[in-house]
Amino acid sequence: MSPFTTQVIHLFAAVLLLIAFAMLAQRRIVALINLFALQGLALVGSTATVAWATGQRHLYWSAGITFALKVVLLPWLLHRLIRRLNVKWDVETLINIPTMMLVGIVLVVFAFNLALPISEFSQSIARGALGIALACVLMSFLMMITRSKAVPQVIGFLAMENGLFFAATSATYGMPMVVELGIALDVLVGMIILGVFMFQIREQFDSLDIHHLEKLKED
Amino acid sequence: MGPLPELLAIDGVTVVVVAWLGLGLAGLAALHDTRVVGRVLFPLSALASLALAGFALMGLPGAPQVAVLAIGLPDLPFHLRLDALSAFFLALLGLASAGISVFAGGYFRQGEGTPPGLLCLHYHLFLAGMAMVMLADDAYAFMVTWEVMALASFFLVTTNHRIAEIRRAGFLYLLVAHVGAIAILLCFGVLQAGTGDYTFANMRAQSLSPFWASCAFGLALLGFGAKAGILPLHVWLPEAHPAAPSPVSALMSGVMLKTAVYGLVRVSFDLLGTPAWWWGVVALVVGLATAFFGVVFAAAQVDMKRLLAYSSIENVGLIVVGLGLAMVFAAYRMDALAALALAASLYHCLNHALFKSLLFLGTGCVLHATQERSLGRLGGLLRFMPWVGWTALAGVMAAAGLPPSNGFVSEWLLLQGFLFTGGLPNPYLRMLVPVFAAGVVLVAALAAYVMVKFYGVIFLGRPREEKLAHAHDAGGLERLGLAWLTAGCVLLGLFPVAVIEVIDPITFSLVGRGLAQSGHIGDWLLLAPVSAERASYSPLTFLVVTALIVVATIVLVRRFYHGRVRRAAPWDCGFPAQTARMQDTAEGFGQPIRQIFEPFYRMRRELPSPFDAAPRYRVEIEDPAWSAIYLRIAAATEAVSRAVGRLQRGRISIYLLYSFVTLVALLFLTQA
Repeated sequence: MSPFTTQVIHLFAAVLLLIAFAMLAQRRIVALINLFALQGLALVGSTATVAWATGQRHLYWSAGITFALKVVLLPWLLHRLIRRLNVKWDVETLINIPTMMLVGIVLVVFAFNLALPISEFSQSIARGALGIALACVLMSFLMMITRSKAVPQVIGFLAMENGLFFAATSATYGMPMVVELGIALDVLVGMIILGVFMFQIREQFDSLDIHHLEKLKED
Repeated sequence: MGPLPELLAIDGVTVVVVAWLGLGLAGLAALHDTRVVGRVLFPLSALASLALAGFALMGLPGAPQVAVLAIGLPDLPFHLRLDALSAFFLALLGLASAGISVFAGGYFRQGEGTPPGLLCLHYHLFLAGMAMVMLADDAYAFMVTWEVMALASFFLVTTNHRIAEIRRAGFLYLLVAHVGAIAILLCFGVLQAGTGDYTFANMRAQSLSPFWASCAFGLALLGFGAKAGILPLHVWLPEAHPAAPSPVSALMSGVMLKTAVYGLVRVSFDLLGTPAWWWGVVALVVGLATAFFGVVFAAAQVDMKRLLAYSSIENVGLIVVGLGLAMVFAAYRMDALAALALAASLYHCLNHALFKSLLFLGTGCVLHATQERSLGRLGGLLRFMPWVGWTALAGVMAAAGLPPSNGFVSEWLLLQGFLFTGGLPNPYLRMLVPVFAAGVVLVAALAAYVMVKFYGVIFLGRPREEKLAHAHDAGGLERLGLAWLTAGCVLLGLFPVAVIEVIDPITFSLVGRGLAQSGHIGDWLLLAPVSAERASYSPLTFLVVTALIVVATIVLVRRFYHGRVRRAAPWDCGFPAQTARMQDTAEGFGQPIRQIFEPFYRMRRELPSPFDAAPRYRVEIEDPAWSAIYLRIAAATEAVSRAVGRLQRGRISIYLLYSFVTLVALLFLTQA
């Protein structure tokens, strides 16, 4: 294992984290989708590097699936969705963006602290990346919480899966193929279902603002 | 022939149970035919009850008989066992239900909520459930039949389910019944001591540590207490009894409360072995509090069925006092006295089953004849309903504990038991138990007061409403039922020694001594529970002497006094018109007691102002258990639910935040 590959993987990890911050700060939905695709690309890069460095054949397959799904198919679906829903522009966040960035930094610190004892046990090439992966998951979660529209929440959900996938590849050279395929399929199906839901929500409330769902609460 | 006669008793009881189930299903076939159900099925059911009583009395003196029914879950059959205790309670069920079923045949009418056939099914399921509870020899069979009993009686209580108040009463009953059932289930769980074998035989074989044994006893007292109406779980009784049709009230009050007593005796004397002395004290305190509470509230009631329900609470309290006394004696191995107290308790069970059923049936007749439950609108019914009036008199005398009725015998035996507490080794008990005795006497005296009120206001005096003059007496089947129960009350009072000889095998098997077996019970005429020098009672002599005095007085008055009577217009004291409204009312009669025991009631009174043209006096008496316990539980539940409900904000972001915070907190915890 050359220090060079480790450096490359860390670079990809850094890109991933940077994009996660960018997504947290991005108001426009179209830009958000592009960022999501970019994050997928970084993920493909890191997966392919790990595959090349360790000679694990199935990681190439993973990278391929990720590329097809997260860089091509899902962004295309999302783009189509927002075109048909006509919600290209966005969007106020519930908490203002500087505050969110600060919270994000706290989360990153927390995630690194958390990953420290685990990565000491890990034999993997990219153990420092575990903290980054965890930070990505938590920040995507944060994004889901702070967006009031349905589409950014779905993107947050998908980005969370990106973080998980990165954790899997960097810490343990990927999950078994069956699991990976299953997760990929889940994400796809989840995306389709959420898309249907969004149409339903808009038909019901003439808006995609999650705010309207509050009426469903039982008093 | 060999073992055949011995096996007959338990088989006979099982056959009766099957017959009851068959009658219930037959009722389903004749769903809307009141005539078939009333004239055919219920009288047949009464015959089955008689057969049950016969089989039970046959099996009572013999050795315990067991049987295994192949119903239930695979590998978990119903174990049945007929020993002296269950035979006694089965006999009680048979004797009381015979009268009640005959009466019910004439009582149920068309158009009272549940159709008669369905009612017949519920009724017989209820009977069969009670019989099987007393036969059950494992926790599984016991709980299943216990629940059958509870559910069947719930449907019987809510017969007139179109009235919201009755549905509410039924729900309350079901709720308390299930709280009790949970406690009983836990009690059996403790009793089997981790062996996983839930037969009663195994529970008898286990010897629990004092802590777990006390846990089991506490759970049993709670669970069976909920069914029996022990303080503070009595709240369902005054609601459910007035709601149910009268034969059902009679069955619930007379017999079902006794299944709870049976369970308590079974657990504390049989399954747990020798009781600890302080269990007895707990039972004494709880029982006396229940009895006192019951009688004080009965004195304040103006609804006749509610009054009887509170009186049932009082009687259950007295029975529990007897059991507590028996536990204290049994713990100190004073077997003869334990036998005396236990026999008094069981005797009172039997008496209460008969006289309370009788009184409830009497109120049923009054209700049908007048459509009136409130004492304030009744009066003078003895003239219009002589059958009901005179049979109710027998019941009232028994409930008041007047000699020579049966109620006197059991209360007298109980007090005899209290008189011998001087021999207890524990000095505190020696001092305390006489105080309980005084409490029991107070309760007995107040019970007499309550019964005078009940009888005097309903049957004596002048009718308070016009329509009462058209009240019709009980019908043929109803008269038969009333007469049967009256005869039971009278005979149990006149021949106490025979009854005690029947109870003897029970006390012998539970506390190791029988009363009759100790030799000085007296002959058939004279009852002397401990020794003839100390105390004895001869009901027949008493009856003859009382009757002679009464007859002599009547003769003297008629012959000599009335001979000199001069008839003239009465001096009206300035009130020319004397109306029925001038009589003492139930409210007025109960007023002194309400005054004396005011701190125990929660009263709301509306007194009219002196200038009111149409003055109305209203008093509402509320059960303090409601505000002290139940409403607080309800309020606490609501507060907790409201706090939990605050989590539901209807905003996805908040819900996501919950997941997020949970995730971060868990991660933080695993890291630490």
